[in-house]
Amino acid sequence: ADAPPGSLQEDGRPKWDNKFQYLLSCIGFAVGLGNVWRFPYLCQIHGGGAFLIPYFIALIFEGIPLLHLELALGQRLRRGSIGAWSAVSPYLGGVGLGAWMVSVLVSLYYNTVLTWVMWYFINSFQEPLPWSACPLNENRTGFNEECYESTAVNYFWYRKTLNITPDVTENGTLQWWLVLCLAACWAIVYLCTIRGIETTGKAIYVTAIFPYLVLTIFLIHGLTLPGATEGLAYLFTPNLNILKNPRVWLDAATQIFFSLSLAFGGLIAFSSYNPPKNDCEKDAVTVAIVNCLTSLYASIPVFSVLGFKATTGYWDCLDRNIISIINKFDLPEQSITRQNYTTSIRLLNSSYPEKIAALKLKSCNLQEFLDQSVSGTGLAFIVFTQAVILMPASQVWAILFFIMLFSLGLSSMFGNIEGVFTPLLELKIISKSTPKEVISGIICLISFLIALCFTLGSGSYWIDIFDSYAGSLPLLVIAFFEVTGIAYVYKIKRFSEDVKWMTGRNPNLYWQITWRFISPLLLLIVFVAFVTLQIQKSPSYAAWNPKYEDFPMKEEKVYPPWVLAICVLLAVLPCIFVPLVALFHLMKKMLGSKDPRSVPPEEFSCQGATS
Amino acid sequence: YAWDANEEYLFKAMVAFAMRRYSSKSTTQISNVLLCNVTDRVSFWFVVTDSAKNVTTVAGSEVEAAIRMNRNRINSAFLLSDKTLQFLKISSTIAPPVEPSTPVWLIVFGVVLCLTVAGIVFLIVTGIQRRKKQNKESPETEDLEEKCEVTVTIENGIPCETLDLKAGHINGVYAADDERFASL
Repeated sequence: ADAPPGSLQEDGRPKWDNKFQYLLSCIGFAVGLGNVWRFPYLCQIHGGGAFLIPYFIALIFEGIPLLHLELALGQRLRRGSIGAWSAVSPYLGGVGLGAWMVSVLVSLYYNTVLTWVMWYFINSFQEPLPWSACPLNENRTGFNEECYESTAVNYFWYRKTLNITPDVTENGTLQWWLVLCLAACWAIVYLCTIRGIETTGKAIYVTAIFPYLVLTIFLIHGLTLPGATEGLAYLFTPNLNILKNPRVWLDAATQIFFSLSLAFGGLIAFSSYNPPKNDCEKDAVTVAIVNCLTSLYASIPVFSVLGFKATTGYWDCLDRNIISIINKFDLPEQSITRQNYTTSIRLLNSSYPEKIAALKLKSCNLQEFLDQSVSGTGLAFIVFTQAVILMPASQVWAILFFIMLFSLGLSSMFGNIEGVFTPLLELKIISKSTPKEVISGIICLISFLIALCFTLGSGSYWIDIFDSYAGSLPLLVIAFFEVTGIAYVYKIKRFSEDVKWMTGRNPNLYWQITWRFISPLLLLIVFVAFVTLQIQKSPSYAAWNPKYEDFPMKEEKVYPPWVLAICVLLAVLPCIFVPLVALFHLMKKMLGSKDPRSVPPEEFSCQGATS
Repeated sequence: YAWDANEEYLFKAMVAFAMRRYSSKSTTQISNVLLCNVTDRVSFWFVVTDSAKNVTTVAGSEVEAAIRMNRNRINSAFLLSDKTLQFLKISSTIAPPVEPSTPVWLIVFGVVLCLTVAGIVFLIVTGIQRRKKQNKESPETEDLEEKCEVTVTIENGIPCETLDLKAGHINGVYAADDERFASL
């Protein structure tokens, strides 16, 4: 009577209130910022609608099998990533440890991206929006120089938000406004994860469903904007020639992989709280399909808005030219309009070519404006904010957009934190009597203190480093060992029996083939291709330097050796646990084999139902 | 709107008004403002003469300063703005952005932070209360068990029988307790 109603199972392990909560948590974890700002960009640069072909092939042969594998594993062994992989085989314990390490590293920097989103959100309540106009310089004669040469939106992002330094080695100081927002973000994460899935399960109802509402609102509004159809046509026009480029296939495979948040250990943690007899096969397919459909659904409003922005830019260009022509030739107002611009200019050019040449008119090309493709933070904080200024009632759209991004990121953070939290609860280092609130509080506090590094002037360069090195390569390695570990160490036959016990039917031929051969092979190819591409281009970064001669273009700089060492460390550290733990157990076995009382390691891979 | 003689008259009146306000001598008349080279674009040159001195034009800088001072009134008379009514060589002064005394974002941030901290405190307090209730209920159930054991040992008398073997005054209850503790 004293336990909270319905939240504990017979063995004392917490459980989900209902199946919907579990599905929403997995979907929320998978659907994140990448669905909004990475997938539409990839669609655009890789031939529009044609990109969907490698995307769906990667989904079927790589995404869904891996997802099913992780969910089934967590549900069967009912432990977090470290405990689960140690239970599969002690030699594979390093896989769980590596996944835990990656979750830690990603949690650190992911919340800083949410800090930026929160900063923009709280600044969206102003009228007019602070990124719509340049501030004046000291003696009020003109605009601030850095702002004038680039745009007001760029200035607000690079100077007012990040206060970025021109070089990654120059640390700058802690930006107090970002520290405040970071503290607020970690407080919100703590509030939602304070008691593990008991609290995240309630919070996920809001954070997972709300983005869909906002996306729908933006979809309806975006389609009514002028120029939306041009943007959408540009996005979806298929260019089938692009499929000959292997880079497209690699991008599709990596996008599916990172989009489904595989190999973080968070999915294993979520499914470990399920009742043992749950249809994990249906869950896996559901989560994967919902994630892909969300990516597609999100790209429609994104591209409507981008088309609107390109069209507005094109019209502005035309209007500027028209004004200068009318002024020069003293023609009456409205004599040259956007519609008859091309004919008028041809007429004038034939009659007065020198005058036209003297005007130095900029050529306005809509395609050029549409081609300016951006992804990542550039899309959200520069391109979208600029588009929002052009809409009527900008504050409302800005607030909605940033709160949507915040919800998307927050639900992914829940998965990351659960991937860190659940294995810690199961390790012997924390006593059973410590309340969960204290453990989650300590995790959030330590993460906040370490993440303060990202609020320095050079913070955004470091986040790019973490994103490219810690959040990419180790995941591929860990996933490869996951699939091969289950297929060849635990043996697929045994795994199929476990799945049959849980779902009531034997995994069919599709699962057998993909788990045994196709997924490991595909992961190996993707890993090799990824590493080859990374090695080929020298690691450089684009720095924002106002003193650069080609400003506002970014300056290409090379990482100094000590930064490169950190990059390598970030990529290698999670992966190194896999062989280290295997070696450790091998040595223990060899030393322990002289002792007849020692139990052979095969005994340790138990069914796990009793734990 | 169409540009005709009446609009020209209004323009001359506005310029005269500006000159009067700037130099605060009320000698400038509408007839002192002269327009020339009017084109269809609606662009023209204008000069202001000074009738006090012998029909000489007022210095350009003075006219510029007068117009700059009254730019707003001139714009409003024609329902135009700085962008649509251009005086060449008179750049418009830029209005500084309005900044409220407390930045708005701090207020919103304060609201968000207060709500979050209130939620955290609420959850921690309920957690502590729940744990206290759990701790209180398990000692209560333990007490009940103790009482049952004590009554049983007294009622069924088995410890008393074992105690009868020993000599002296021994309190059955305490002996029962010792038995219980020893078994632990």
